[in-house]
Amino acid sequence: MTQRTVYADNNATTQVAPEVVEAMMPFFTKHYGNPSSMHFMAIEPEKAVKQAREQVAQLINADPSEIVFTSCGTESDNAAIRGILAALPDKRHIITTRVEHPAVRNLCQYLGKNGYRVTELSVDKLGHIDLDELRETLDDDTAIVSIMWANNETGVIFPIAELAELVKSRGALFHCDAVQAAGKLPIDVKKVPVDLISISGHKLHAPKGIGVLYIRKGTYFVPLLMGGHQEQGRRGGTENVPYIVGLGKAAELARTYVREEQHRVRMLRDRLENELLEKALDASVNGDRVNRLPNTTSISFKYIEGEAILLLLSAEGIAASSGSACTSGSLEPSHVLRAMGVPFTRVHGSVRFSLSRYNTEEDVSYIVEKMVPIVRRLREISPFGREELYAAK
Amino acid sequence: MWNYSDKVKDHFYNPRNVGEIENPDGVGEEGSLACGDSLRLMFKLDEQGRIKEAKFQTFGCGSAIASASALTEMIIGKTLEEAEKITNQDIADYLGGLPIEKMHCSVMGREALEAAIANYRGEDVEALRARKGKVVCECFGVTDNEMVRVIKENRLRTVEEVTHYTKAGGGCRRCHPQIEKLIAGVLGVEKQEVMRPLPKKLSNIQKIKLIEETLEKEIKPMLRADGGDIELIDIEGNRVIVALRGMCSACPSSEFTLKKYVEAKLKEFVSDDIIIEEVKP
Repeated sequence: MTQRTVYADNNATTQVAPEVVEAMMPFFTKHYGNPSSMHFMAIEPEKAVKQAREQVAQLINADPSEIVFTSCGTESDNAAIRGILAALPDKRHIITTRVEHPAVRNLCQYLGKNGYRVTELSVDKLGHIDLDELRETLDDDTAIVSIMWANNETGVIFPIAELAELVKSRGALFHCDAVQAAGKLPIDVKKVPVDLISISGHKLHAPKGIGVLYIRKGTYFVPLLMGGHQEQGRRGGTENVPYIVGLGKAAELARTYVREEQHRVRMLRDRLENELLEKALDASVNGDRVNRLPNTTSISFKYIEGEAILLLLSAEGIAASSGSACTSGSLEPSHVLRAMGVPFTRVHGSVRFSLSRYNTEEDVSYIVEKMVPIVRRLREISPFGREELYAAK
Repeated sequence: MWNYSDKVKDHFYNPRNVGEIENPDGVGEEGSLACGDSLRLMFKLDEQGRIKEAKFQTFGCGSAIASASALTEMIIGKTLEEAEKITNQDIADYLGGLPIEKMHCSVMGREALEAAIANYRGEDVEALRARKGKVVCECFGVTDNEMVRVIKENRLRTVEEVTHYTKAGGGCRRCHPQIEKLIAGVLGVEKQEVMRPLPKKLSNIQKIKLIEETLEKEIKPMLRADGGDIELIDIEGNRVIVALRGMCSACPSSEFTLKKYVEAKLKEFVSDDIIIEEVKP
């Protein structure tokens, strides 16, 4: 009997959609020409890149000329922040949050040690920033504000439209890392005045190694990768044609399933969360449960440790992730949960389940069926919370 | 994904001796909820003074559970004198090795055992605390004596290694210079104990350059982290004459810093016969 596998780590990476793989294949085997060449082999690749650019633009209601293909979300974040700072050499202030992905956070911390002033906005226990704090921090020296659309660990969604309007009204530029939001939430750049958006292919069922930077028309920008004239001179390097085609296809699919994420995936997530809260010992949800990605739940289990939970889940064929210190290889637990003030009794025992449209009702039942005894088993080993354990028996 | 040995996996998936003993002879606790792992170890002796029963409770990751389980197996049947000799490396070896980032799990096992034995012998908490020395790493509550022991037993040479073994320095990193000093202290002592192979003969110019380089790369960054600095005044044969600046010049432990740290580093990187001397400004 083969073991069942349940992939519930879609905020880490996603399964490549079969339609995407199929769309990519001819660009490895047959249409491998360089789109910049002056011969017949350039025709198909050039057409395909143009089409993919349109597909991605449609996903966020942008103009195709505003789409720049990059190698990943991290490159998009770096290109956005460094590109704006280079274009505005007189401004030396950056604003970001304490819960950003390392691609933004570590970059800003590095810049903070190299001549820039960096403000990291704090968050409350639901994971939200204080608009007044942002308002007070913005000044004439602020070049760029970089705030994520939705948090990768908790799924908490920031009010991007409101934040962007505030930032724009004070004359600064607004960058949004939408790596977790794209494909899970509708994004419309005509309605939200962001200047730059980062998107990563492998979070929305395209392969790893492809990303997007949206740059609003009229934004001064200095490229991170200088080189050829590709991407209208905004990102040098021969176009990664098969991956660009793959991302285009994935964006097209995403436009249709964003609605599915909002309904079916949300219902799966809610059932998973509610059943774990009800059946597992001392479980609680981290972050705002309302303004949240439809696929993500971060649940903490008191008095047990995340890596041990993941190993036992993994042995049952369930893939998830944790904010515990031991899973990161560093000794510090999740900076996101700590910024939210999640107490130590819960922070080490946090588990993130992130679903996708490929998950089923059976998957949810299977996770609950395995998770409840795993929590009990680790609680029986743990020296803490003995009284609660005996009381629950 | 950690590359755990089959033995680690076995002890994690099927932990031995989980639980509590009624009226144990010794109980030891190590770690805390805040640190992310914690171990409670207890044992009972038979008439001959051998450990007949050992049980544990662990809050922690896979290797923390496996290390505790392995330790109980290792100590059952041993006298306390025999059990005392178990090092953290013995626990790791028994498990077929641990990833270096997880060595602190084996150290936690050894320390809980030590605490349990001290508890049996009626050593009071204050005495045990005094023996452990003063806390160097505030984030994880690790003391200097604990670190020195682990540095010696496992022949550690870098702050990173000390962090992997004890967790010290894995949080805010403010104690890194102090951990460097502890390593340097152990190294300095070892250097005197062990005859080193004859150093290659340096020309005067080479020697001066090497001294300057060692000061720049190895010594100054550490002193500057504490708000101090050092200036090279002169070199006469094997005598290196320096002046301490900033916080160092007023520091009561500057003598210690010079001999145990600066001189040890210069001996290590330049030549064994270096003697450091300080001129007062």
